[in-house]
Amino acid sequence: MAEAITSFTEEKITQVEPLLEVRNITKRFPGVLALNDVSLKFMPGEVHAIVGENGAGKSTLMKIIAGAYIPDSGTLYLNGEKVSFSHPQEAQLQGISIIYQEFNLLPERTVAHNIFLGREPAKFGALDIWQMNHQAKEVLKEIGVEEMISPTALASSLSVAEQQLVEIAKAISFKAKVLIMDEPTAALTYTEVKLLADLIGKLKNRGMSIIFISHRLVEVFDIAEKITVLKDGQLVNTVNKGDVKPADVVFMMVGRTLDHYFPALGKPEDFGEVVLKIKNASNEIIKGIDFELRKGEILGIAGLQGSGRTELAQALFGVMPFRSGTMELHGKAIAIKNPSKAIKNKMGFVTEDRKSEGITPRQPIRDNMLLTVRAIQSLFGPILNDGIRNSRKLVPMLGKQVDIRTDSFDREAQYLSGGNQQKVVLAKWLASDADVFLFDEPTRGIDVESKASIHDMIRELTKRGVAVLMVSSELPEIIGMSDRILVMADRQLAGELPAKSSEQEIMLMATGHSNTSIKNSTPAGEE
Amino acid sequence: MTTSAITSPGGFFQILRSTWGWIKKIPPVYPVFFIIFIVLGLLNPSKYQTLNGLMTFLRTASPLAVLAIGEMLVLALGGFDLSVGAIVTFVVLVSSKLLANDPANAYPAILTMLGFGIAIGLVNGLVVSYLRVPSFIATLGMMLLVRGGALYWVGGAPQGYLTDNWRAFGRNYIQNVPLFGRIPYALIILIVIGILSYFIFHRSHFGKQILAIGDNVRASHLSGVRVRLVRVLTFIVCSVLAIIGGVLIGGYGGVNVTIGEGLEMQAIAACVVGGVLLGGSKGSVPNAIFGAFTLQAIVNLLNLLGLPKPYTDAVQGLIIIAAVAYAALSTRKKL
Amino acid sequence: MTTATVSGNDFRKTLRSMQIPPVYFFLILVFVAGGLLDQFFADGQIFKNPAIMLNIAVRSVALGIVAVGQSLVIIGASIDLSVAYTISITAVMSSYIMQGKTENVPVAILGVFAIGALIGLVNGLTITKLHVNPFIATLGTSLIIKGIINATFSNYTGSVPESFQYFGYGTIGVLPVSIIILLLVVLGGWFLLARTKFGSHLYGVGGNAEVARLSGVRTDRVLIGAHVICSMAAVLAGLFLVSQMQSGAPWVGPNGVYDLNSIATTVIGGTALSGGKGGVWGTLGGVLIFGVLETVFNQLGVNPYVKTFLQGAIIVLAVASYTIRSKKEAA
Repeated sequence: MAEAITSFTEEKITQVEPLLEVRNITKRFPGVLALNDVSLKFMPGEVHAIVGENGAGKSTLMKIIAGAYIPDSGTLYLNGEKVSFSHPQEAQLQGISIIYQEFNLLPERTVAHNIFLGREPAKFGALDIWQMNHQAKEVLKEIGVEEMISPTALASSLSVAEQQLVEIAKAISFKAKVLIMDEPTAALTYTEVKLLADLIGKLKNRGMSIIFISHRLVEVFDIAEKITVLKDGQLVNTVNKGDVKPADVVFMMVGRTLDHYFPALGKPEDFGEVVLKIKNASNEIIKGIDFELRKGEILGIAGLQGSGRTELAQALFGVMPFRSGTMELHGKAIAIKNPSKAIKNKMGFVTEDRKSEGITPRQPIRDNMLLTVRAIQSLFGPILNDGIRNSRKLVPMLGKQVDIRTDSFDREAQYLSGGNQQKVVLAKWLASDADVFLFDEPTRGIDVESKASIHDMIRELTKRGVAVLMVSSELPEIIGMSDRILVMADRQLAGELPAKSSEQEIMLMATGHSNTSIKNSTPAGEE
Repeated sequence: MTTSAITSPGGFFQILRSTWGWIKKIPPVYPVFFIIFIVLGLLNPSKYQTLNGLMTFLRTASPLAVLAIGEMLVLALGGFDLSVGAIVTFVVLVSSKLLANDPANAYPAILTMLGFGIAIGLVNGLVVSYLRVPSFIATLGMMLLVRGGALYWVGGAPQGYLTDNWRAFGRNYIQNVPLFGRIPYALIILIVIGILSYFIFHRSHFGKQILAIGDNVRASHLSGVRVRLVRVLTFIVCSVLAIIGGVLIGGYGGVNVTIGEGLEMQAIAACVVGGVLLGGSKGSVPNAIFGAFTLQAIVNLLNLLGLPKPYTDAVQGLIIIAAVAYAALSTRKKL
Repeated sequence: MTTATVSGNDFRKTLRSMQIPPVYFFLILVFVAGGLLDQFFADGQIFKNPAIMLNIAVRSVALGIVAVGQSLVIIGASIDLSVAYTISITAVMSSYIMQGKTENVPVAILGVFAIGALIGLVNGLTITKLHVNPFIATLGTSLIIKGIINATFSNYTGSVPESFQYFGYGTIGVLPVSIIILLLVVLGGWFLLARTKFGSHLYGVGGNAEVARLSGVRTDRVLIGAHVICSMAAVLAGLFLVSQMQSGAPWVGPNGVYDLNSIATTVIGGTALSGGKGGVWGTLGGVLIFGVLETVFNQLGVNPYVKTFLQGAIIVLAVASYTIRSKKEAA
């Protein structure tokens, strides 16, 4: 009898239905088609990785599955039945749990409280704490971590890895059948990743379907069985791990026809003296930074999410200053401890998040443009000096320089499109006469036309002697704009690449597969 | 349609439409004020339909307007200053003692008061900037400090009377003015302060930075704004204006222990009525001034209609909540 | 590793595991310091007379009851500035209804609790449905209550029957009834926070409303509930205060600065203004500190106006001792 059952089960496994299926999913956001007719199947007892560049649509797809977004068209099937979710809780109750990169834990509450928030075991409204802790312990036992994590520990006292385990325990407590994880290994150490991999293996053997998004191909190949590549919102291919090599996957992730042409790169004679020199600089997050930036050049900073690129720009601008190492600006040793100092030294920073850090949304465009100029002038200086009377000329002039499309400069900045808002930020720094510009994702979320416009402007800047450092996750932008490319990985400099390096070379270096010959090549411009 | 625009029916509507568009842009406080004032005039013609009566009204409303300007600056910054009422109490009580019934002491006393104003504003600004205490709590604490200090200084009761020359600012009029008859000094002072404030707020780098901080403090910081300096200075200006308001109020009101009580809420209500967005990022000196005038008119109207004074407090509370709710809900709709 | 370090760490670890809020160490410090001042500059009652300790506790009852309610609201990342006038209206209304007759007491009590619930409801709704900032909303409410009080009552009103004064003055054995009530309130607050679903949800709403919402918590209802409880705590405090008077007066609330003091004691007790953490035992410690300070001021014969002055300074410094560590820019 037992044998009959075993053989029956074995047969079943080979013919099993997908636990979760998405068909023809399409999702649009203002200005961008995030997902275009994507269809995928997720099997029980399988680990499935979703890879792709930033903006490929991975997060959007996951959020749709988890009930956080509603697709514009397409359907979801759970166990063969059509389902639709209008709230993440519905998905959770049906067995789909998602763990975001920024955990959804309450730091000041215990593990048990966090797991059972909203469905605490209670009798007539009074918490049954013993029961709650007991059930929490049971759940932690299910994933084998009851020794490591106590149900009564405060979430804030746990390490990042332990917090992640609590999130997983929470999902298990919801009897999750599908577990989605967004960049689960981004903040983990090597050993912690191994433990996570083991746990994922255990969960998969229970018949769960695990889906995870990751940029780290090494881990993808360690943990996943199936790999799906998304590019520009479309499905490129789904492959079995055993059938491909990392380089193949990278090739599938990148490589596209350009949607616009980039301005010509600089020539060696365009690059002047070294304007910024960093030696062995570190702060709490990034370590051992060494590079030079020359007048008239665009230095591209490439790397994966979490590799420390933004932190590099922030450190240079004094937002999160370097704690050790040396910095030289125009040949003079300097320590930039706050943005005011950076600005006084003629640096400008076009940040990653223009809405929260770049513009003052309810002020008119003209005041946004003039903010830095005003800030560095004397406090009670009348606007006449540079202001209302002159700004009648200055502001339109700036507007023309950055090619802003607006009917009036008195409109509140919040009503502009993303592209125009970014141009306002650019204008602000132009007005302040900065000669070192730091850009962090200069064209993220911007329409193609404005993108081209901004790219032209950045190159224009260099022609006027400005030195540009540009952080970007868009490889075409890095390759199209950079005279030299620095690649960051794991919060350190992975290496330097010359202009016109290929996307593969960059990606390989960024994912930790650096080709030594590439690493040692001399940058263009150095003879 | 440019030719015979006025005569043709389509052109007429065009003009109506554009006038309506222009009218819509006027902050509501101005029409509201005029309507209320007209109603007042109908109810009590001798007081509100004569220039004399108007000037009397303005003498009472000007001090509140001065306080409202200061409060508006702090609100535009994204904070609150709840110590201004106590500051007025302080001015009136302590001056009664400093004057020692001797008119010669008037100007030194006023200068001393201004010095205190600077000190109080400085502490408020520093506590918020460096100790990171929310301005609401910091200034409420300052309110206790100032009130306690004032009462202690005078031993619980006014120590004398306020000399005539000291009171002149708030009480007296310039007489025999052509066309207007008489103009209260308080109004002149308000006009001077109003013009200065207008330039500082709307026409200087300082004012624009206040608005930037109230709108997005992080972006301001990243753009080089010296947030702490601007904040401290703003609180100082607010306190100093409260001192001036105190001199004016003591002028026409005389000495009284409870004077100044509740004025901070009146100042905020005036700003809210004038349309300042609570939470920073918007502000206007003229709107604050007319908000104060409107509030005073409302109070006078309610008194005229026989509503006992305490109910006006209640009405103020309602006005504040209603105005803030309106602002909060309408900004939500926009997003 | 020297033995000194080891024992030092052990000591700290044992303390933390006992979970005594740090405020109690401040309490001991303040008590000792105050007692010393009393010894040298006054008649030294604090150390000599055990009745003084009881006195301190009794002084703390009203503030303690209000502070428990305030703590709940602050844990929910909100605030209530209307408690002072809620106390006032309780004092006058209850005294007015009682008219010195014991048989009116139950009606009076029901009446004022109903008023309190209404105030809390209005606060909660204004904040959650009209999206008004809690500072403004509760300040506005307090103005409205103030207006109503001042319009209807200008002086002592009604009278309190002797039987009701049991609440304020009675004792059960050695222990005053009022202290027992305070302890019950604190226990009740603790139970609500630590042992009910409501409490768990309240911490969620205050800690991260979005996470709470995603977990299915009805955030609006929870916050409104907290405000209603807070206002009712203020009513209870008002009843206690009026039981110690012959008749209710409208200045009872603002005179005691119950609004700011309840906030300050909550913050000193370890509850963050930003919400999501803290508890009532710490608040009790903060209240006792204020009680000690009050007694010391009395012993030293400190001028009541200097007291007001110092209160302002202490409140700000108390809040600052916590906010100074935060990285966020204050507004």
